[in-house]
Amino acid sequence: MDGPVGRDRSRIAGLAARWVAVGVPTVFLTVFFIYPIGAILWRGLGEEGLGPMSDLFASPRTRGVVWFTVWQALASTVITLLAALPAAALVSRMRGRRRHLIRGLITVPFVLPTVVVAGAFEGVFFRLGLDQGDFRMRHTVWAILLAHVFFNYSVVVRIVGSFWSGLDHRLEEQARVLGAGPLRTFWAVTLPRLRPAIASACAIVFLFSFTSFGVILLLGGPRRATVETEIYRQAVTRGELRSAAALALLQLFTVLALIAVATRLERRQPAPTGVAHRPPKPLRRAFRWANLAVMAVLLGAPIAILVERSLAVGNGYGFDHYLALTERVPQLPASAATALSTSLVFATAATAMALTVGTLTAFVVVYGRLSLRRMFDLGLTLPLGTSAVTIGFGILIALDEPPLDLRTSWWIIPVAHALVGTPFVVRTMVPVLRRIDPQIREAAAVLGASPNRVRRLIDLPIAGRGMLVGAGFAFAVSLGEFGATSFLPRRPDTLTAPLALFRLLSTPGELLRGQAMALAVVLMGIVALSVVAIEANRTSYELGPGFGVGSFRRCAGRRQRVAEHL
Amino acid sequence: MTRPHSPVSLTTGLIGLIVIVLIAAACGNDDNGGDTGSLADSAEITDETADSPTDDGEAIGPGETTDETAESSQYATTGGNELPADPSGITLLTHDSFALSDETLAAFTAQTGIEVTLLQAGDTGTMVAEAILTAGNPLGDVMFGVDNTFLARALNAELFEPYESPNLADVPDVFKLDPQNRVTPIDFGDVCVNYWTDALPADPPTTLEDLTAPEFAGQLVVQNPETSSPGLAFLLATIAGTDDWEQFWADLKDNGVAVTAGWEDAYYGEFISGGGERSMVVSYASSPPAEVIYASPPIDTPPTGVLLDSCFRQIEFAGILSGTDHLAEAQALIDFMLTPTFQDDVPLNMFVFPVADSATLPQAFVDHAQTADDPLFVDPADIEAHRDEWTDRWVEIVLG
Repeated sequence: MDGPVGRDRSRIAGLAARWVAVGVPTVFLTVFFIYPIGAILWRGLGEEGLGPMSDLFASPRTRGVVWFTVWQALASTVITLLAALPAAALVSRMRGRRRHLIRGLITVPFVLPTVVVAGAFEGVFFRLGLDQGDFRMRHTVWAILLAHVFFNYSVVVRIVGSFWSGLDHRLEEQARVLGAGPLRTFWAVTLPRLRPAIASACAIVFLFSFTSFGVILLLGGPRRATVETEIYRQAVTRGELRSAAALALLQLFTVLALIAVATRLERRQPAPTGVAHRPPKPLRRAFRWANLAVMAVLLGAPIAILVERSLAVGNGYGFDHYLALTERVPQLPASAATALSTSLVFATAATAMALTVGTLTAFVVVYGRLSLRRMFDLGLTLPLGTSAVTIGFGILIALDEPPLDLRTSWWIIPVAHALVGTPFVVRTMVPVLRRIDPQIREAAAVLGASPNRVRRLIDLPIAGRGMLVGAGFAFAVSLGEFGATSFLPRRPDTLTAPLALFRLLSTPGELLRGQAMALAVVLMGIVALSVVAIEANRTSYELGPGFGVGSFRRCAGRRQRVAEHL
Repeated sequence: MTRPHSPVSLTTGLIGLIVIVLIAAACGNDDNGGDTGSLADSAEITDETADSPTDDGEAIGPGETTDETAESSQYATTGGNELPADPSGITLLTHDSFALSDETLAAFTAQTGIEVTLLQAGDTGTMVAEAILTAGNPLGDVMFGVDNTFLARALNAELFEPYESPNLADVPDVFKLDPQNRVTPIDFGDVCVNYWTDALPADPPTTLEDLTAPEFAGQLVVQNPETSSPGLAFLLATIAGTDDWEQFWADLKDNGVAVTAGWEDAYYGEFISGGGERSMVVSYASSPPAEVIYASPPIDTPPTGVLLDSCFRQIEFAGILSGTDHLAEAQALIDFMLTPTFQDDVPLNMFVFPVADSATLPQAFVDHAQTADDPLFVDPADIEAHRDEWTDRWVEIVLG
């Protein structure tokens, strides 16, 4: 079928595709991250090089801060993993609407500004008597860890759960037949195969906890400091750009080292497994209920407090605060409802950017040249582990002249959000792409499909689920983003919902506070609905339980379709 | 499908990334060189022109008004320099707390033909840091909101062009902290200990020393001066208002003072207003009127009172950013900020007090707000010179 002309054309197309796949993420990362970060580090350290760093690192305070930052992030990651793995098992076996609903609901914490979550947690502590006494939680490291679990629970559940649902469970069944108990089966058979997804999720949870700002200051109490809060203190409170830059560099290297380790774990993976015949056995009822109970308490209690506060009007309850959202109060340059719609526009733009860059990156990470793979994997994850101050200030001084005078353009806000959202898309897609059964690809190739065509017709649809999970995160991240946004100068008409919420809480008065709580609840509702909508929007390529290779018949159908396309 | 496992390629990746960072950094260097140069240049220009606007201001200022209303006709509204025939729009760089009625800036545009674009840049500290980072290629033409705790840092960085607004005649001298008029005072607020009147275990405290009395044990919550602007203001209040501030804080600590990172978690977390258990909090003299204005259900008298003896005065300034291409328009905006149109609008939007004598306070402020007759004060240069040392010492005493 292929004449020489056709082959040439397909080679050119292949080359072009490769250039786009490598070029777009490279340009995005270089312009919006590497160049700004380089510029701010140079401004801070350029004159005296690394000299000031040795003083800084010699101080016991800095060492204590680095140690605390790393261990609290590690502890947060481990606890989140332990708390969320059972729920991932549960979600991986759910189907249809219930699954969408649960996955949407658990994403809710993601968009909540820390100032609101901290308030809600303190409310929970007060009600449960945990604010003082022997079991004091408030202003302890436990409060920090708990809040990190609250925020990151959905990262593990969604990434691991969606990967899990594609595993061939016949292996587990065989293990059970051979006499292994459920725990042993999980430990010896399931866990090793989940490792790529777990590593992906852990990398994200770790980086989020590593760069956590509000949680540390508000819930951890005034004594706590992390590298992130120290960068803010040095750069903003003290005006010591040099120390701030030294700390930012330290943060960068710590993150690089840790991502390198995570990437390596992620790469160790089993051979792709066969095709699942039928749905796995349902989990035990007790396990299901225990899981739902954990979710209800961990995620539900603080959220319930927020809902209650948003409905409290005077001495009774009502929807007054919600109705007030459409009216502008003096503290805000626009009404809270306007801020919500601005946030939605930004989130859509940021998600589109994150999806484009993230998908291309994922393909390069999986199929690209070896050296490119590592660089892309590291590079595109790095923004997640970089302080908001560094990114914000970097953009401010780097993108300040034509043709890149973007520092006051409204575009820079969704771009900053996309920087944080992209790693989610990459990290959710990579494990899924790596697992695609090579047989399908080979089948397509045998039938004469070019590599590009294989990618478009096989990989992309199968990785679609990972992509949508990533898109859901990118959307939620953008809706809730506070740090980088607040370090970029904004026009009043680009007020986002989290910033509006923070402003509402900065003047005393019940009406303002009630409106802030109502805004938080609406924000939660929007993110839950959006995630459900994004994930329900499956393409026709969705192939059911076996991560898209559901049954032999379907697989055969796919081959058929591939053949028809050619 | 299993990828070959090669540690070499991982290292290659790392090295590659670092190389890119360094290249980018080197590019950044060129820019910096340019910036530094232009900063120096503009500083020279500043010196040369330091005197002229002042003369112009006196000569032309009042006569140039185009406003026809009786109320503001005595104020300059078009800047000390004559406005160009076709004035261009300008950008006002400010903090996130900046707020005005919609009509106010519209009135300025109607009077002068100058459109004002707002640019909000985080809290005051962030805004000043960003202004310093972008010195020479400023984000805006006028900056509003630098206060006396950050003033010296901004002045040391030579951020501003001097300008003496003719309307300064209406402002008491006590607010004019920069003799060179690089910044113009616009509003002030007092940071004071507030108390929930019904929840106080004893008669309201009247002096700072009262806060260490046993009857107020466990009642006060303050903010960490390292992370909070009112927290720093209150530390400065104790430095100015007690004989031995270190001993005072040691006593406060013994008396069970609570510390939070920011105002929000103090007021809404620990303080009774948000469901906490403490009856005293470091907040603002304008908090009681806010409690009335935003009460639900409506109330007539504020539930909170202010310990006037504990008030540290924060003055907010506006300045023309060096490097602006719109000097005349920027001066017109500074003039406008001292007219009643602007000054009267400040209290109910930003919950601060106007500096101009002629400003009229809204009724809620007349009824429910008090300001200290003799507020505590620390020289801005001292604040900048000693801030780190003071806050370090504070951390040792209170959190150590």
